Amino acid sequence: MPPGARGASLAMSGQDEAWFDDAAGPLVRPYAVTGGRTRTDNFGLDLITLVVALPSVAEAAGMAPEYAKIVRLCQRPMSVAEVAARIDLPLPVVKVLLSDLIEQNYVIFRTAAPATDTPNKHVLQAVLDGIRKL
Amino acid sequence: MASGNSEHRRSLTATAVKLLVAGGFGVGKTTMVGSVSEVPPLRTEEVLTSASEGVDDLSGVERKTTTTVALDFGRITINPELILYLFGTPGQDRFWFMWDELAQGALGAVVLADTRRLESCFPAVDFFERRGLPFVVGVNCFDGAYRYGTEEVRAALDVDMAVPLLLCDARDRDSTKQVLVTLIQHVMAHAELATSG
Repeated sequence: MPPGARGASLAMSGQDEAWFDDAAGPLVRPYAVTGGRTRTDNFGLDLITLVVALPSVAEAAGMAPEYAKIVRLCQRPMSVAEVAARIDLPLPVVKVLLSDLIEQNYVIFRTAAPATDTPNKHVLQAVLDGIRKL
Repeated sequence: MASGNSEHRRSLTATAVKLLVAGGFGVGKTTMVGSVSEVPPLRTEEVLTSASEGVDDLSGVERKTTTTVALDFGRITINPELILYLFGTPGQDRFWFMWDELAQGALGAVVLADTRRLESCFPAVDFFERRGLPFVVGVNCFDGAYRYGTEEVRAALDVDMAVPLLLCDARDRDSTKQVLVTLIQHVMAHAELATSG
């Protein structure tokens, strides 16, 4: 066997091992935490639907890790997009997890005002005042 | 046992609204969001799955293609009842399909323009014009970039005189505030026209 060939084969096995280091990312694929479910439109959750958890941080202790993480995070209202960003899972995955929590009455949600032609004047005035005060 | 129980009876009376910051890739959208956001810009990933065209294989498993689009956004708590989110739109053309969902329910948009490559914001201008979503144009004044007058930029972009156009610095909080104030005033004028008309 020429020396070069062995060198190559060792390099290959080195690469195989490299697949499993931290840089390869988590070995649990994102959808594993949803049991493979990829969509749930039961509640029409969108980017800025607000959610808040009902159980306290202490009560989250007995829950499955991903659900507990959301409950701990959502002690104050935040949007679905924010939950996804903060627990670092893709939006569709987070929507599935939130839907589970909503079904079990662990999370309540409020969808944004329906898209009408004319946004609410009071809301606009509040936004204007709020930005000016920044 | 009863202690602390009351705090669990949470209600949710707050609502959320959103504004968009659009423009070409690298024009400073996330910088603008970050200049006024109360938290460092957050990033989330939307995963879009579409069934690929063609014949399904015999196993019945659909062939799908997935695309991941990163969305950057910031948050401003206006008051306990109202949270404003600022979403940067994906800059690359191939993520156009995200824009509909983003624009859904948005109050209005900022189109951020870079005078060194004005054409990169044409698609955003077209999109908001067609959709009837009120927008303003912020001309981001990069260091070293030649500063055109606002009317020159307006002519180049061919936007209606009714659309506010102003120079800004996306890194500067006060400058971004001015852009957003101008946008909300424009949205209010737009809404009044809609109700009176």
